[in-house]
Amino acid sequence: MSEPKIYDFMGARRIAAAISIVLLVISIGSLAVQGLNFGLDFTGGAQIEVGYEDPADVSDIRQTLTEAGYRDVVVQYFGNNTDVLIRMQEDNNPRLGDEVLALLSEERSDVTLRRNEFVGPQVGEELREKGGIGMLVALGLVMVYIAVRFQFKFAVGAVAALAHDVVIVIGFFSVTQMAFDLTVLAAVLAVIGYSLNDTIVVSDRIRESFRTIRRDDPVYLVNVSLTQTLARTLITSLTTLLVLIALGVFGGELIRGFSVALTVGVLIGTYSSIYVAANVLLAMKLSKEDLMPPEKKDDVDTEEIPAWLTDPEEEENEKK
Amino acid sequence: MLNKYPLWKYALIVVVMLFGVIYSLPNLFPADSAIQIRGANAGLEMNQTTLNRATDLLEAENIDYFGAEIIGQSALIRLPSNEAQLRAKAAVQRGLGTDYIVALNLAPTTPDWLSSLGAQPMSLGLDLSGGVHFLLEVDMERFIESRLDSYSSNFKRNFREENIRYRSIDVMDDNSIQMLLADEDTRDAAETWLRRNLQGEFLTEDVEQRGLPGLKLTLSEQRRAELQDYAISQNQTTLNNRVNELGVAEPLVQRQGANRIVVELPGVQDTAQAKNILGKAANLEFRLEARGNEGEVFPLRNRQGGRGTAMLEDDIIVTGDNVTDARVSYDENGLPQVAVSLDGEGGSRMGQVTRRSIGRPMGVLFIEQKSLLQGYEDVNGEPVPIYDTVEEKEIISLATIRGAFSNNFVITGLDSAQEASDLALLLRAGALAAPMQFVEERTIGPSLGAENIRLGVNSVIIGFALVILFMVAWYKVFGVFASVALTANLVLIVAVMSMLSATLTLPGIAGIVLTVGMAVDANVLIYSRIREELAEGRPPQAAIDAGYGRAFVTIMDANITTLIVAVILFAIGTGPVKGFAVTLSVGILTSMFTAIMLTRALANLTFGGKQLKKLPI
Repeated sequence: MSEPKIYDFMGARRIAAAISIVLLVISIGSLAVQGLNFGLDFTGGAQIEVGYEDPADVSDIRQTLTEAGYRDVVVQYFGNNTDVLIRMQEDNNPRLGDEVLALLSEERSDVTLRRNEFVGPQVGEELREKGGIGMLVALGLVMVYIAVRFQFKFAVGAVAALAHDVVIVIGFFSVTQMAFDLTVLAAVLAVIGYSLNDTIVVSDRIRESFRTIRRDDPVYLVNVSLTQTLARTLITSLTTLLVLIALGVFGGELIRGFSVALTVGVLIGTYSSIYVAANVLLAMKLSKEDLMPPEKKDDVDTEEIPAWLTDPEEEENEKK
Repeated sequence: MLNKYPLWKYALIVVVMLFGVIYSLPNLFPADSAIQIRGANAGLEMNQTTLNRATDLLEAENIDYFGAEIIGQSALIRLPSNEAQLRAKAAVQRGLGTDYIVALNLAPTTPDWLSSLGAQPMSLGLDLSGGVHFLLEVDMERFIESRLDSYSSNFKRNFREENIRYRSIDVMDDNSIQMLLADEDTRDAAETWLRRNLQGEFLTEDVEQRGLPGLKLTLSEQRRAELQDYAISQNQTTLNNRVNELGVAEPLVQRQGANRIVVELPGVQDTAQAKNILGKAANLEFRLEARGNEGEVFPLRNRQGGRGTAMLEDDIIVTGDNVTDARVSYDENGLPQVAVSLDGEGGSRMGQVTRRSIGRPMGVLFIEQKSLLQGYEDVNGEPVPIYDTVEEKEIISLATIRGAFSNNFVITGLDSAQEASDLALLLRAGALAAPMQFVEERTIGPSLGAENIRLGVNSVIIGFALVILFMVAWYKVFGVFASVALTANLVLIVAVMSMLSATLTLPGIAGIVLTVGMAVDANVLIYSRIREELAEGRPPQAAIDAGYGRAFVTIMDANITTLIVAVILFAIGTGPVKGFAVTLSVGILTSMFTAIMLTRALANLTFGGKQLKKLPI
């Protein structure tokens, strides 16, 4: 049996830890200093999207609106230079969209209203709370599931990797000051799902290696596992990135934030499933004793396959 | 022999795929522009005569149409274009008058054999179809306060009648009622009275204030929840009635959380008008029937469809603001009646009037502002609807006063349970509802909706194509299996979503795209395993088997945890995020089937039972 080359992933684990810590510090620092550029969903306020037939001039629009007495108006291009997004903190005014449109069409007649949104401040605040709680509940439940299915140290490793990914993705939005809206929150939660997927695949292999390979050297065993799953980790990340790029390039402005968040999340998630989860396991001194199979049989895997998925012949085959 | 599926597994896969194709098929048929006509109230049935009147109106205006049919309670007329649809709506609404509601609609073109199987297309969310979304919040604090006010005036009157001497009964800032009583004995009497008459509605607590014994009453949790439910459902009913007036084909009025109501109006663009109609009030007036000729004549609502009139006095006894509740109940003979409750102020006025008016009929007048579509005005080439506001007044009940009453009374002499519940509904609709305010509003233009669909579909196709290209290049024949599985997965997601009548939103499409990316993960896991097994020197058949077997547990664990996240997303999310969570969960479940069972079946069919030297993977 020819043993393929084992990559010494864990040899770089101190450097990786340093990189992670730097990224985390930058993220948390940025969150503390400049916070997130929350979108309308979270802050409340009014938001109007208008479309022009020919390229629009944002500063003209800003001036028109400011002269008309609107305060705190943010005017920016939305996706291309014919679409303009206008945000303002305006109290509940049912005619706001029409008023703004009337003002703008006085200046230029080729303007049309594309979208008009108003969110009350209490709704926004609630959403922020709910979003935070949702994330914590997700992390908690996942930790419990892994602790039951694997072992407590794996749960810590997985949750550390998840928290790492979530903080860095949110930190990315803080550093770049991209709008953080509801779809981005959905993406962050999807990152939890994705990164978890990755971490579990790796953990699963680490568990298997610890049980089946005789050599009692945790660093070696983790390296073997990571090498074995490397191809799948990279390929899955690649296919996911392919669709995310398609979504980001062709999906339009409304879900751009979503695809950016997921792209960052997938990149970080791939890195963290290799370096964070495994690193934590080593730091917690994972040993073979932790993973003594509770069952007597040594092939744990086949036992857990439900009957409908196994071939009746297969079992006979195993007995041979 | 290794890698052979029993026949039933192949049969199962064929059946599931057949099911997937049939139920996803309706989404491929584009919908027709149409108008939908239905009676303004439940009693008015749609029949062929009315439909003929509508089509005659269209012909008179030279508007082409194709297909006019009656479906249940409403009629559907299909039109060739969006523009014809608007003109048709205006023409038919004008011609048929206020008895009918004419709404813009999209008529599905699902072939009969598909609809007979229950297959129907997915409905599109507002971000894809265009329309208005409102979130209204019921002001519970003010509602509860007004209920407490009415409780406290009831207590005062009841205590006077029972000779329970009180010094003061006040509603306090902390939403409690404080009563100060003359002495300890009176307090006991008050407590006994409260226990007997208001079982469980209040929690009582002894207090001592200004040297007087007192009681502090706080609403019990249960009663509070009941009141909140009542306020929400009452507002919901009212909103439903008003949304009907707007002439929207598939409006949604739904409770969200403890104190909010979501209203979604697909296709509506005129937000301001929609808000005016949703926010306006109906009212009630209780008046005696006029003796002689001094008074005002109003139409009398009549369940037989006839239109009588009655003359009412100009003096108003109480208005809807004083009505706190109206419910259907039954008398000892099992006949339906409506029990009406008034607040303290209304009750005492009612008492004074009824004492001297026994034997005279009293009418309940229902007043409503209605907005009627008059037609469309051409503004810069775009049709802008013109509405006319009229006040409609109608007597909904005229009944003889049998004896003096004040706060609580019943209206009897109703013919059926249906009539009783109609009357109760109208009374409640006109009654003082808890105040509501708009807390969220979103309008999506129809062009943006169409653009979102185009963008979404494009990114699904492109993402899909990229993944397939990669998989085939990387895993060759097995990559083809994975691609077939991916396609099958897409078909199944659409089929399941259509069956659940789930709403497709833009984030929902994003969810599908993401599932495409992640669903291949199962195959990647399996194939990597197979390659490893081959590298370790296993024969090809054993490698396939071991690859599937060992990867299975990993796939399960990974998918279950992702599912946990999707479920949480569904629980905390609103509209768009929910859409994402639904497609993600459906996608995970269907991908388990396609990525494991379907690809295995394909591999078995291609390679199973053969002597293989090498595996093209």
